[in-house]
Amino acid sequence: MANTEVPFRILPELNDTSGFFWKSGEDGQLRFLRCGECGTRLHPPQPMCYVEHSKNLAPEPVSGRGRVHSFSINYQPWMPGPELPFVVAIVEIEEDPRVRLTTNIVGCAPEDVAVGMPVRVTFEHHSDEGGDVWLPLFEPDPDADANSKSDAATRKGE
Amino acid sequence: MDANSILERRACVTGIGQSAIGRRLGINPLELTLDSCVAAVEDAGLEMSDIDGLVTYPGAAGPSGFSGAGAVQVHEALRLKLGWHDSGIEAPGQLGSVIKACLAVAAGLARHVLCFRSVWEGTAQGTKGRAGLMPGGGGRGNFRASGFSEWTLPFSAPSAAVWIAMFAQRHFHLYGTTREQMAQIALNARANAALNPDAIYRDPMTMDDYMSARLISTPFGLFDCDVPCDGSTAFVISHVDAARDLRHTPVRVEAVGTALLGRPSWDQFDDLSTMANRDAGAQLWTRTELTPSDVDIVEAYDGFSFLTMSWLEALGLVPVGESGPFVEGGQRIARDGELPLNTHGGQLSAGRLHGYGFLHEAVLQLRGEAGERQVTRKQPQVGIAAAGGGNTCGCLLLTRE
Repeated sequence: MANTEVPFRILPELNDTSGFFWKSGEDGQLRFLRCGECGTRLHPPQPMCYVEHSKNLAPEPVSGRGRVHSFSINYQPWMPGPELPFVVAIVEIEEDPRVRLTTNIVGCAPEDVAVGMPVRVTFEHHSDEGGDVWLPLFEPDPDADANSKSDAATRKGE
Repeated sequence: MDANSILERRACVTGIGQSAIGRRLGINPLELTLDSCVAAVEDAGLEMSDIDGLVTYPGAAGPSGFSGAGAVQVHEALRLKLGWHDSGIEAPGQLGSVIKACLAVAAGLARHVLCFRSVWEGTAQGTKGRAGLMPGGGGRGNFRASGFSEWTLPFSAPSAAVWIAMFAQRHFHLYGTTREQMAQIALNARANAALNPDAIYRDPMTMDDYMSARLISTPFGLFDCDVPCDGSTAFVISHVDAARDLRHTPVRVEAVGTALLGRPSWDQFDDLSTMANRDAGAQLWTRTELTPSDVDIVEAYDGFSFLTMSWLEALGLVPVGESGPFVEGGQRIARDGELPLNTHGGQLSAGRLHGYGFLHEAVLQLRGEAGERQVTRKQPQVGIAAAGGGNTCGCLLLTRE
């Protein structure tokens, strides 16, 4: 399902703490803040690592692969935006499932989205006077092992 | 825990009051607020000059209609003389404000605290529906998202409906919970609202009505979402020593829950099949000798239907993951069931009074003054009022003296 037209979005403010995150997609890579002392990834970004309170933090690229932790197919026109219905999801990243982001799943029919589905990042570029932004969206990951459903292991009562 | 150190037990609810409640009343929200405040003070059998504390949630802040009035406006309008005053949104849910009042009277900063919560979302949204309440007016412009909304608005997820839908979806995935089960929260609310003359929607609702309503944000359909309205609710929280000889037998505060051990976040919480209520609910039972089996009535937040199911589990009234089977069929949670729930119709049918409506109803039921909808199988002695969802939750365990 081609997503040819870039929909209207309310863009994030570009500030000192999280501006890197929104500009990261310029080179096609997703980045999260990582502590140079203990390796903890912080999201949303903070000025200080919570583990040892280090300020030695820098954005570090990740693979861009992850899994759908949960999702909702949205039918309600809250505001101008993607064509209805569209999928809002919480994706956990491959490198550390504790690091999650709210995002949209694109590139497939909404009814094909499932918890545990492997996905990969794709960026949606926006440009206005407030500064360029690359929104990290996710699409089905064609390289993922279709039989790999590690999330199903967390499913209780099965 | 030494009972003397559980300070909330020195507080009780001595007065309750509500303004007119309606979809779009077209009445100034401060006027509605003052109506509820005067009613609560009168219900307590006090004079306004007896009030020496004031608190509200969220204060004069937030998006359009979210707050009908702030503490300063009421302080000024009623010319109160206060030993203690407070307001704010960063609290353990909407009832966190009432919990603060309990602690203020226990600390001796005030003897009679007026608490209020006013909403004006019915009128504020005008003809645009909930879109009228969205940031930036739901329209285009140069508005840029910051703070928490930085992480949701760019993905066209501006509403708690979407965020809580993802908690619900996670619960559905892990435990096999179904929409048919969740429907019982809405159907039960509507059945109870039929007996509440102040409720907004009182016509019968069937499973067919629920299942055929338009989808909002799966797994939520229209009837999983509460009803924006205009209205105000107020309480008088008094020190137990100052509550004797007042108009009504006080409703005692036995214990409260305010904890939040997980991340204070909607999408980064450690276990998305539960929420902040997990921590508040667990803490509540560490502060009392009573147990979940003692509870006669539960008035638990239903800004979205799933939140009530989440509260049932968080409060230990139902094992984790089993709220779906528990509510299935609706008999257990009906007024004549084993655990009467949201006996006034909740926010789903009685209107989005935003947390305070649940405490109002719990007090009425414990007093035995709920009229046609009074639980009669057994006069309730122990009740819970619980409010909030996501990262903001608080609860009170109440007893009839």
